[in-house]
Amino acid sequence: MRRHPLMLLLTAVLSLAAATTQASAEVSTERQRELLHLLRHDCGSCHGMTLKGGLGPTLLPQALAGKPTETLEATVLYGRAGTPMPPWRGLLTEEEVAWLVALLMKGVPDAP
Amino acid sequence: MRRSLLAICVLLLAGCATPALRGTGDLGLIIERADGSVLIVESTHRKMLARVEGLGDLSHASVVYSRDERYAYVFGRDGALTKVDMLRHSIAKRVMQSGNSIGGAISQDGRLVAVANYEPGGVKVFAADTLELLADIPASYGDGKYSKVVGLEDTTDNRFAFSLYDAGEIWVADLRDARNPVIEKYRGIGRQPYDALVSMDGRHYIAGLFGEDGLALLDLWRPERGVQRILDNYGRGEQPLPVYKMPHLEGWALSEEHAYLPAIGRHEVLIVDRRNWQEAGRIAVHGQPVFAMARPDGRQLWVNFAHPHNDTVQVIDTVTHKVIATLRPGKAVLHMEFTPRGEQIWLSARDDNRVDIYDTRTLQHLGSLPVRSPSGIFFTARAHRIGL
Repeated sequence: MRRHPLMLLLTAVLSLAAATTQASAEVSTERQRELLHLLRHDCGSCHGMTLKGGLGPTLLPQALAGKPTETLEATVLYGRAGTPMPPWRGLLTEEEVAWLVALLMKGVPDAP
Repeated sequence: MRRSLLAICVLLLAGCATPALRGTGDLGLIIERADGSVLIVESTHRKMLARVEGLGDLSHASVVYSRDERYAYVFGRDGALTKVDMLRHSIAKRVMQSGNSIGGAISQDGRLVAVANYEPGGVKVFAADTLELLADIPASYGDGKYSKVVGLEDTTDNRFAFSLYDAGEIWVADLRDARNPVIEKYRGIGRQPYDALVSMDGRHYIAGLFGEDGLALLDLWRPERGVQRILDNYGRGEQPLPVYKMPHLEGWALSEEHAYLPAIGRHEVLIVDRRNWQEAGRIAVHGQPVFAMARPDGRQLWVNFAHPHNDTVQVIDTVTHKVIATLRPGKAVLHMEFTPRGEQIWLSARDDNRVDIYDTRTLQHLGSLPVRSPSGIFFTARAHRIGL
């Protein structure tokens, strides 16, 4: 059976929405607070506490706009070879990384 | 009515009162990295004197001091250079000198403050008294590209040495004529120099390499020999661990015939023979070292660690090369500073919002100060040391 393109799009949008909800559902409020702290202070040692960049590039929404979510998540999980960006898997789960990347793309509320 | 008159009199009297005379030799600054503020502290009575606010993004801040130990120059991440008056507890002067910066240095004669910039990559040099810009040194390489600058250190004869992260170069800028810097460039020194140090006598400049095992050494007394590689392939054949925080080389450790350096991507402190710069051994430690700092007499080495081992500090005896203590002062120990003669060490426990103070002889906890997200601690005695 051939599916209508609109149908496909709708399915994609729905599953994306589901994935986003799922990611935040799997990251408890307590853990979200820890992740925000990690982002500002530990990611911040290279990317700046305000995420404007340092030895590592800026992580502000305008800089991330247009970059595929999967690429960004993979960068956090597996690091980037040949640069100081380390792999965070083992310390962060996939769901936590998805939550962080979604937050970065939206803009971190407490980054001044 | 009478009450308000009284209040006015009290205010007037307070305004006229002369502050007690005091020196600055036992003062220091603690960075409150999340609030853009610094605390002025006094180590004799282990107390906080004042908080100075409005210094911007201090997520990777460092400090140098004027030669009279009255003024602190605070280098912020956001490109700000702030001159803090340690006696008046206020900002004396402040300039936004770039978009993104990473530390700086003060010249041997105390007249020049140099700042290392990521964006745009280069070094800017300011008059220490007025913060007037005297020299702008763009870190250009290749076809008009600009490199991030790291490891900017002062050395003798009003020279500054620094490394170009993207270009793999070491530059030495002679600022005897501050408006006309003379620059020597050393190319092909290794991949991704990420930080550097200058030995206490100002003779050796050593850059750590992130892109490969080993360090690049420049003998500033014999510059014609060029840059020499030391500790080449110290981890040959071993897979380095992911690095969650870059080791810091400044404030490096020296004792008798050895120098001690934090290995990158390994749970080791490297021992180097200072006579020939050959590896003299390694000390296994709790995690990846960030700072390996020698007590001023060189007898002990205090080491803190990268995330996720950063609740721990280890003390190494430099005679036996044994770990003599493993302390857990608090969450996220970012920085350590000895009092000038080394009887105390102050430690920043960032996530516990506290600075802890230890007696270095007994290793006993002497007390704590409440500090909001503390990072760097800098005592004024740094004013009289080369390469800090």
